[in-house]
Amino acid sequence: MKRRQLLLAGAGLLSGCDKVVQDPQVRTTLAHTEDITRTVQRLVTGPASLAPEYPAADISPAFKGNGTVDPDDDDYQDLASNHFKDWRLDIGGLVEHPAKLSLDDLRAMPSRTQITRHDCVEGWSCIGKWKGVPLGTLLQQAVLRQGATYIVFHCADRLDESLSSEKYYESIGLEDAFHPQTILAYDMNDQPLSVRHGAPLRLRVERQLGYKMAKYIMRIEAVSSFRHIGGGKGGYWEDLGYAWYAGI
Amino acid sequence: MSMVQPSAADTAAETRVTTYRHGVVVRITHWVSVICMTMLLMSGLMIFNAHPALYWGNISDFDHPAFSIGTVRAPDGHFQGQMLLFGHRINTTGVLGLTKAADGQPLDRAFPPWMTIPRYYSLADGRHWHFFFAWLFVLNGLFYLVYSLLSRHVWRDLVPSRGDLRHLPASVVEHARLRFPRGEAARRYNVLQRLSYLVVIFVLIPTIVLAGFAMSPRLDAGFPWLLTLFGGRQSARTVHFIVAWLLVAFALVHVAMVILSGPWNNLRSMITGRYVIKTNGERE
Repeated sequence: MKRRQLLLAGAGLLSGCDKVVQDPQVRTTLAHTEDITRTVQRLVTGPASLAPEYPAADISPAFKGNGTVDPDDDDYQDLASNHFKDWRLDIGGLVEHPAKLSLDDLRAMPSRTQITRHDCVEGWSCIGKWKGVPLGTLLQQAVLRQGATYIVFHCADRLDESLSSEKYYESIGLEDAFHPQTILAYDMNDQPLSVRHGAPLRLRVERQLGYKMAKYIMRIEAVSSFRHIGGGKGGYWEDLGYAWYAGI
Repeated sequence: MSMVQPSAADTAAETRVTTYRHGVVVRITHWVSVICMTMLLMSGLMIFNAHPALYWGNISDFDHPAFSIGTVRAPDGHFQGQMLLFGHRINTTGVLGLTKAADGQPLDRAFPPWMTIPRYYSLADGRHWHFFFAWLFVLNGLFYLVYSLLSRHVWRDLVPSRGDLRHLPASVVEHARLRFPRGEAARRYNVLQRLSYLVVIFVLIPTIVLAGFAMSPRLDAGFPWLLTLFGGRQSARTVHFIVAWLLVAFALVHVAMVILSGPWNNLRSMITGRYVIKTNGERE
């Protein structure tokens, strides 16, 4: 197997390699690297390790809005025009107590505020201040049923019709879901979250890259597997070839 | 009728001695490193293309990168490739920032397709390849390191002796004049080889690996000192990029030296281990 990989790699170097890159078996082999990276990174850093938090002076003067910055969706625009008073966060799937929560409901719950660094898969970083409800608190209230393994976030936006017609979605495992810094943020830099940055609610998963941190969240679903959702890879960008584990 | 007969002394001067230069572990790990570093460089340039700008500190000051490659519109309306380095603008049309695609169409890409894996734009594929070869490179490097320390390869072949260091200025002059050690002196690495290999193995490669780690948000959570070490995540990204090119520079000089000091002999020694030296027959 090693030898085959090396030969393929060598062939790639000589022939311009695009065919090798797109070979299904090569893709499968490379996908195993992600499993090794995830396993080892979790092992050496531990489940409770906290992402660095920064002083207020380090907050980026201009936090880049990436991906969708204004969802082209009539239902969403209606909600936005009324300051999300009619928006409800739908919590369902493998939970004992499904719920629909308003923004006021979420603001009335215990919150966490953190100044953290946002690392985009493209390579840039910004620092912002986030306030929101720990996802773990919501999941404890909803009570996960037996078999719940992933938390899926369904969003209001379609990112790029030319790439994919599905709406944005993301998923994380339970270790990240119950991590203290994993929050559903409704405030950014002491202001209500702007449409540009995912109003009314966006996910913060501070030990992973930006594409995991879904914006415009409409529905949260606890599932045993994400194979049946979207393209089956656990997220919008994952369906387009990106790694599900975005810890690096 | 005076044909010069080769004297006994001349024959002795031409004695070819085959020595065993590189052990099997060194040879294997060397070539695995060559493959890995090539793949890492090319997939790394693809990743860089996703955001072709570098910054210092923890965050990106998008309007003031320390370095960037991009496409800009010139005053005459034409697009051109441009490299920005500490505020200096350099026109790089045709090389960086703006090149031609296979069909002849202008292509807005920091590093051109022939330098990247894959050739088409794909950050996702570039990352998969980068991390695969990063694992292979690190495991291969650790294997080499353990072997080199246990077998004393490091002290025997790489760490220069006092005599080597005294010879340093003379060795610099010899290399500049492209005169390389011959005979008995060619049995061992010369002082410049020793120092450059030590810098690559114990400074450049550890630095680029740690800078790679410092870009991982999960590893930053477990090991915040990584950020302290480099002065922030964006600094680490910049260091990672600079060291990559220092390694390219090393590789270019290394290959040039291989060619200038006897390409076949050198190449064979790194494949079979055997290296031929010419001695004066003065071996014991």
